[in-house]
Amino acid sequence: MGSRASTLLREEEIEEIKKETGFSHSQITRLYSRFTSLDKGENGTLSREDFQRIPELAINPLGDRIINAFFPEGEDQVNFRGFMRTLAHFRPIEDNEKNKDPTASEPLNSRTNKLLFAFRLYDLDRDDKISRDELLQVLRMMVGVNISDEQLGSIADRTIQEADQNGDNSISFNEFIKVLEKVDVEQKMSIRFLH
Amino acid sequence: HFRLAAFCALLLLLFFCTGGKCEIQSSNPASPSANPPVVKPFDHEPQPFPEEEKANLPVFTMDYPRIQVPFEFTLWVLLASFAKIGFHVSHKITIWIPESCLLISIGLIVGAIMHSVKEEPPAVLSSNVFFLYMLPPIVLENGYFMPTRPFFENIGTVVWYAVVGTLWNSIGIGLSLFAICQIEAFGVQDINLQENLLFASIISAVDPVAALNVFEDIGVNEQLYIVIFGEGLFNDAVTVVLYNMFSFVADMPVVESTDVFLGVARFFVVGIGGVLFGFLFGFVAAFTTRFTYNVRQIEPLFVFMYSYLAYLVAELFAISSIMAIVMCAITMKYYVEENVSQRSCTTIRHVVKMLATISETLIFFFLGVVTITTEHEWNWAYILFTLLFAFVWRGLGILVLTQIVNPFRTIQFNYKDQFGLAYGGLRGAICFALVFTLPDNINRKNLFVTASVAIIIFTVFIQGISIRPILEYINIRRTNKDLNTINVEVHSRLMEHVVCGIEDLCGQWSHYYWKDKFKKFNDRVLRRILIRDSRAESSIVALYKKLELQNAMELLDTPMGDISAAPSIVSLHDEKLAASRPKKKFLAADVKKMHDILSKNMYQIRQKTIAFTSKHNLPNNSQAQEILIRRHQSIRRSIRPGSFRDPVVHKSQKYYSLQPGGNLESAFTLRRRSHGDGKVANRDSPRSSSRSLVPLSRLGTLRESDPRQQPGAPGVDTVDERGLGSLKGSSLRGRKAPLPAPRKPARPPPLPPPRGWVPDNQDSQEEGTGRPLIRHSSQGSRGSWRP
Repeated sequence: MGSRASTLLREEEIEEIKKETGFSHSQITRLYSRFTSLDKGENGTLSREDFQRIPELAINPLGDRIINAFFPEGEDQVNFRGFMRTLAHFRPIEDNEKNKDPTASEPLNSRTNKLLFAFRLYDLDRDDKISRDELLQVLRMMVGVNISDEQLGSIADRTIQEADQNGDNSISFNEFIKVLEKVDVEQKMSIRFLH
Repeated sequence: HFRLAAFCALLLLLFFCTGGKCEIQSSNPASPSANPPVVKPFDHEPQPFPEEEKANLPVFTMDYPRIQVPFEFTLWVLLASFAKIGFHVSHKITIWIPESCLLISIGLIVGAIMHSVKEEPPAVLSSNVFFLYMLPPIVLENGYFMPTRPFFENIGTVVWYAVVGTLWNSIGIGLSLFAICQIEAFGVQDINLQENLLFASIISAVDPVAALNVFEDIGVNEQLYIVIFGEGLFNDAVTVVLYNMFSFVADMPVVESTDVFLGVARFFVVGIGGVLFGFLFGFVAAFTTRFTYNVRQIEPLFVFMYSYLAYLVAELFAISSIMAIVMCAITMKYYVEENVSQRSCTTIRHVVKMLATISETLIFFFLGVVTITTEHEWNWAYILFTLLFAFVWRGLGILVLTQIVNPFRTIQFNYKDQFGLAYGGLRGAICFALVFTLPDNINRKNLFVTASVAIIIFTVFIQGISIRPILEYINIRRTNKDLNTINVEVHSRLMEHVVCGIEDLCGQWSHYYWKDKFKKFNDRVLRRILIRDSRAESSIVALYKKLELQNAMELLDTPMGDISAAPSIVSLHDEKLAASRPKKKFLAADVKKMHDILSKNMYQIRQKTIAFTSKHNLPNNSQAQEILIRRHQSIRRSIRPGSFRDPVVHKSQKYYSLQPGGNLESAFTLRRRSHGDGKVANRDSPRSSSRSLVPLSRLGTLRESDPRQQPGAPGVDTVDERGLGSLKGSSLRGRKAPLPAPRKPARPPPLPPPRGWVPDNQDSQEEGTGRPLIRHSSQGSRGSWRP
């Protein structure tokens, strides 16, 4: 995929992405130009280095995990569809979407899917459980250097203790949902995408 | 028996007051009072004593008029405060009945007493006294303790509701009342349109004190709280303009369109002028406090004087004084609290709150008193319709306005929120004071007064009392603030970081754009001017600002504050029992400590840069540097292909942290021995520990022999350099290290080919034990970093 022309976005693709993710036409084109500006190799896909190049991500304590979330299992390149699919998780939930027909699959930006996104940031090995170690890793990333490991360990223990209901010393996705039931996830995990 | 005592004190004061009052009456030549005066020998006589016959030296004298005014003032304040104490003796009362109701009730009782003895209450609610003395403390407190972040995030909504809402209400109520006036049966035909509009503008002023108390008590969601709060503050601008405009117009027989246009222009002058004055005085106050380090005792004075000055000057020019003082307080607070000492800060806060409480108490109290003692004119129809229309128009207004503004909000108001907003629109003292300032040539002034009182009492009592059960019943959206699980705290922060990262990734400047822009301006310009010492002052603050990782490590060693000395947590946990960990009981104190630790040490959300392509790719921020330094290892590793799939990370070594009690030297040797690589860092000379800053800051050397001369260094690397630069000088604490400008490209440079990095790593361990950042300690003197 050499020439630039082949990576221009076609109308059908925009329609498909629109249907899948719920973004509007202008949002998609805007994000596409962002995608191409990140894509230094100009091959229509982004690699991890492309993400690393964003300086603001470099100083985000969870930068690695966020980048990792874009790449599906075992892959190193993400195309525009995948890019949009991940970003779709952060679309705000609109009221009228709740009235869509219930037989359709859950939209990517539903509350459950947002929580799943957050859950997967912890759960690297995808065993659907946040183990103590996984929790500790993320905690360590988010917390400054002044905290000793023991303190952090206690915090992690307490976190698991609060959430764990079936006693397996790890947090499953359902327990995760339950413990965050009062939190306004729809607002916290939403971005107002510009048109 | 406490209640009994309080009640007795109350009665005592009451009698004292009335007794004092009697004295005034008797000395007043105008009133032929037959009240039995208390012993008062001299008050008629201003001349000195020699006029008297030769009497003996008086052993006991009284000179009441001399102290009269301050004495009575003090007694009234005490009386009101005793009433307040009385209410809070039993907490249950204040849950169900808002304080304002109770105060008004007591005021009514006292007023009834005074009326029955035919006395005049002090003219507290006269226009001047109210607007010049009673109102400023309340508004100052509102402005000073305003939660700025939610406020500015919602400022559009707040202004929308305040301005348009008040306009809507005024005009709606005015027109409806005018329509009612046309009906002959009610006997109010002589009130013309202008007067109706004037009256309507007065009673549209929402005064949310009681509503806010209820909201706080049941913990409604922040958005609702801030909207009512802001609305109550800002509709003053509109009310003042409308009031002036309508009262001006009420005199004129004909209203022309130019007047309307002028009115609009006047509104902008009033509103924006108020804000500007507020800023001006706020900045001057902040600047003044920069130099007060030698006169700490008078520091609180400046806060009060400047804000009061702002208020008065705004009143001078008849612009919105409330907005002036609020803006002054908001501006001032941020800078002043950094400049003044801790004690001054506490003093300021306490005094602000105290003054506001006194003022508020007195206002409601006198509301009750004056209600009884003024002349009233009761007209059933007019008053009932006023109530009805006020209610209806507010409800409609909120509905319509919310429909319009909701699409622009990230969190939209649902119907319950709207109901809370509408029902929480209580009227209060401003309305009452304004109605007293109505010019006397309005012939139905008494009717207006009565109607205002009626509406105030209705809203405060009925709505004020019922709002709490109703809101709880409809289960309004509550705030998340007090969820006391660690989970929520941790996961929320995670989500915030994620959203922040995704926003950066999209290159998107959300509504944080202006906030960041302002923050930059603030940091670069304002803070330099207004804050005496941009460096952190106390050691505790320095701890948290930890620009140098080195200092942070040292502080872990010394028992200091509540960070390292967390015995309860540490003692509970033994590192050695890794696998089989018995289920620990966490005491509430431990959980609280955890909350403290987390809130103090979790990284804040990054403040965004303005543009992706700005010269300064990264904000000059110690937290950023620290994160970057710690992540450096993982960044390098992740660039290696396929590295990221490896989920197994050595447990506590991925991110460098110093074990408490260890010092760097031992840590170095420990690590070096465990890796046992011979290639690098053999020269673990004592030099590395003596120049202890250096090892930690020695990052990012690609290879030992590679003079890093890439001007096109990527953001990541150049930050390292900057991190180095600032880490090096301990004297740079708090100061922003100047960026090595020539090395910074104007646009985002490409990442150096990862291949350049790989050979460096290949020799060493693949298992990804986080190599200590100090690995390249030997490169201290060499290499490319410049001071």
